[in-house]
Amino acid sequence: MTHVIELAGVAKRYDSAGASALGPLDLSVAQGEALAVTGPSGSGKSTLLNLVAGLDKPTEGAVTVAGQRIDQLSEHALARFRRDRIGMVFQFFNLLDDLTVVDNIQLPAQLAGTPRRKAAARADELMELLGMTKHARAYPGRLSGGERQRVAVARALVNRPALLLADEPTGALDTASGHDVRELLMELHRGGQTLVLVTHDMALAEACASRAIQLVDGHLSLDTRAEAVR
Amino acid sequence: MSPFGTGALGRVVRSGVGRRRVQTVVIAVATMMAVAAAVIAGSLIVVSNAPFDHAFAKQHGPHVTAQFDPAKVSAAQLEATKRLAGVTASAGPYPSTTISPVDSEGGHPPALSLVGRSGPHGDVDDLDLQSGRWATKPGEVVLSASFKSPLLEVGSTLKTSDATDSPTLKVVGFAVSAGQTADAWATPGQVGALASKDTPVTRQMLYRFDSAGTKAQISADREKLIAAVSSGALLGTQSYLDTKRAADTGAAATIPFMVAFGVLGIVMSVIIISSLISGAVGTSLRRIGILKAIGFTPREVVRAYVAQALIPAGAGIALGVVLGNVLAVPLLEDTEQVYGTASLTVAWWVDVVVPAVALLVVGLAALVPALRAGRLRTVEAIAIGRAPRTGRGQWAHRAAGRLPLPRAVTYGLASPFAHPVRTAAMLLAVAFGTVAATFAVGLTSSLNAVGSASDPEDRAAVTAVVGGPTVPGGAGGGVRHMNPAAGSDSPPSADPAKVRAAIEAQAGTASYYGMAKDDVTVAGISGSVQATLYQGDSRPGSYEMISGHWITGAGQVVVPTGFLDRTATKIGDKVRVTLGKDTQTLKIVGEAFDTSNDGLSIHADLADFAGAKPQVFQIEVKPGVSPAAYAEKLHAVVEPMGGDVIANSPSQQEGMIIVLDAIAVLLTLMLVSVAGLGVLNSVVLDTRERVHDLGVCKALGMSPRQTVSLVLASVAGIGVLGGLIGVPLGFALHGFVLPVMGHAAGTNLPPSILDVYDAPQLVLLGLAGVAIAVLGALLPAGWAAKARTATALRTE
Repeated sequence: MTHVIELAGVAKRYDSAGASALGPLDLSVAQGEALAVTGPSGSGKSTLLNLVAGLDKPTEGAVTVAGQRIDQLSEHALARFRRDRIGMVFQFFNLLDDLTVVDNIQLPAQLAGTPRRKAAARADELMELLGMTKHARAYPGRLSGGERQRVAVARALVNRPALLLADEPTGALDTASGHDVRELLMELHRGGQTLVLVTHDMALAEACASRAIQLVDGHLSLDTRAEAVR
Repeated sequence: MSPFGTGALGRVVRSGVGRRRVQTVVIAVATMMAVAAAVIAGSLIVVSNAPFDHAFAKQHGPHVTAQFDPAKVSAAQLEATKRLAGVTASAGPYPSTTISPVDSEGGHPPALSLVGRSGPHGDVDDLDLQSGRWATKPGEVVLSASFKSPLLEVGSTLKTSDATDSPTLKVVGFAVSAGQTADAWATPGQVGALASKDTPVTRQMLYRFDSAGTKAQISADREKLIAAVSSGALLGTQSYLDTKRAADTGAAATIPFMVAFGVLGIVMSVIIISSLISGAVGTSLRRIGILKAIGFTPREVVRAYVAQALIPAGAGIALGVVLGNVLAVPLLEDTEQVYGTASLTVAWWVDVVVPAVALLVVGLAALVPALRAGRLRTVEAIAIGRAPRTGRGQWAHRAAGRLPLPRAVTYGLASPFAHPVRTAAMLLAVAFGTVAATFAVGLTSSLNAVGSASDPEDRAAVTAVVGGPTVPGGAGGGVRHMNPAAGSDSPPSADPAKVRAAIEAQAGTASYYGMAKDDVTVAGISGSVQATLYQGDSRPGSYEMISGHWITGAGQVVVPTGFLDRTATKIGDKVRVTLGKDTQTLKIVGEAFDTSNDGLSIHADLADFAGAKPQVFQIEVKPGVSPAAYAEKLHAVVEPMGGDVIANSPSQQEGMIIVLDAIAVLLTLMLVSVAGLGVLNSVVLDTRERVHDLGVCKALGMSPRQTVSLVLASVAGIGVLGGLIGVPLGFALHGFVLPVMGHAAGTNLPPSILDVYDAPQLVLLGLAGVAIAVLGALLPAGWAAKARTATALRTE
């Protein structure tokens, strides 16, 4: 089985004298797997996500994502890694308010140097897929929460990442919008997309994840497969 | 205790200042530079305002300096002149004589008027002892500061004449007399000892009168002195009006330059300080909302934010005043040299007014956004930074996104449109910096061109001196032989024809022309006019032409602007010139850039005056020939004839040009630094505001290099536009100030001095705007690239 994520003895301390925010932790995520990371506030969920996304570096241990040891990469190489291998969806969408929907979606492709026409075609394809075509020229400020999160998902997928990371993707949405996003993520998982979801929303975890882990005080307290999740 | 108390308000202010250390430091440093520039600029404007009048008033300079014959006037009679009607103050009598000194190198400085005074101070002509000390015993002399040079410093010695047994004087100090009452001072006893039959002792009296504002009043005052003593006792008088006119002419040329830089510095300081402070307060709106939410009143919020701006700005203002004074001292010393006046210092009120105005500007700049913040509803203030921004700049992002450039660059290019006011302030800073740089480059080029255009005869590689008067029995002219052969007590005198033959026969001669200088009279001008007469092809020694052409043969004359103004003539007119017994009518064929002799000079062909003979030959040598070796060989031939030959060393630039160059360079560096700091501050504010967006971009894969590109691109457009605005403005300022400087000096300027910019230079100066903007943004761009993405994403 090919693993998209492999964490070996990974620990993160923000204060050299303080307690570990995460780990030491060993964790593997297989290709096509949808992993839900749950746990109370301060349990280390976001720290885990940041380490996998290459936004932060572990104090100890090795982080390998899509076959690449990322804890030893330079900032420049990490940026390349993120744009090529990772798609990220945030709780508060993090869309750029100055850019239109289509410009937001195209941005990671353009940063990666994808030719303009190709990036536009891919953005059109995703907007069509996510039902956002009619909002292509709109600015994020004019969209509903659910629509914004769809744009964020489209942006995360534009470079066909090996791994999609979602941090509380329904946390800022009303019930209906949350349901839409859940459906979308399920659809992606069914299509073979490897997914890591950080969430408090057990319904989301149950619906989308093939596996769930629970973190408590930075340590793995539970690791269950699909049947158990549901 | 803090003026804001130890309570909540004080804590908010202190934490606000301490939390944003970078911004606090940038505000302090930028304010410091702006205030320092304003102090210097203000000082230059102050000192350029009637420098002679101020120095003269400070020293209680004499309206009339009178020389009396001690044989014809008694001490009692001189005492009585002090009580004449209208005399308000007086000093003297001081013994006075003239010496013809020889310096330690054997050179002959001009003859010096030497006055015996026991000290520098007095009710009239209260001298400013610039360096060293006063002469207290025989053998010591204090020189006028205008003679100070590397060859003549405190400790140097001067012999009082060429005679081998002449006394030696040690220079113990340099002093300035605004009224120019003497060239040198010694003890009264020393002056008496140096007097001779040819240079007898006279008595110098200095008077101030109650009415001395006009030439007529000075004449009337002089008449009172004549009437008070016996006939012939008053040998001569000097009016301060003549001294003032000469001093003002020299100083006037620099005033437009000083004012231009001064105004630039002050305007730029105001722009930078106000944009710094209003920007700093404007970015704190969310924190203000939180303060209001926890119970701060609008007034307390306003006080807190005005105080937060005033603390770093206040420190910057205090440091700026100190820095401005420190930097102004050498500049003012240099300015003093230019003006030749008594010691100049930063006016006390500049040190008061500049910080007061700076504080006012800071206060107002902080108050406007703080009042806005105070009035803002709490919910709105908190929402700022969290709610999506709408509106401003989105069209720019759409347009920039279509450009065929990397996305990080196009994203950056559109950023300035989100903050039009901040962008406008940044644009002004860059434009002013570019104006300063363009003006300074043009000015220094022009000043250097002035230096090159002066004394064109000095360009010759070798000078052969014939000597003697231009015409038999003539005045002998102004060609001084400064380095006579050792042991030679009289100037050389040879047959010009023989010297010319020797030059022609000498291997290595490329070209030569003969030259003579003498005083002539010109119909319509009272007094004498300095004439330079040329023999042969004088084009290598021609002056820069303002209009018309250089003399090409007999019957032609080239004159400076001053001559045309004085005689109300123009090119094509004819003038009658008399040299000795020769009178010729010459046609004015050109207006030359020649500022010598107050513009009263002419350049004509020697052939027009039958009796005139060349006094020197200016020689160009062939390529590869050493002027020194050539001069040595020709000297061996010419010396037995009674002549002399010297190889000329490249002439040095005039002191005033060097001083103005230095002032221009220093002020430009300061103004450009202030502009760069203004940009730095704006970009710091901008990146702080955009840190979350930048974090998002980095999370999406923007590399550190792309982040730097984005931030730099956000100022590049401003730099280009600033350059496009600044270069033409600097060009226009140069085109305006230079002719004004020229007119103040009594001359028009030739194209070689006015048209100093070339196209590549202007393009480079335009890029200076980009350089200022990019250099200012480089530091925050680096910070943005290094910021931790995870932290940035958490930032609201």
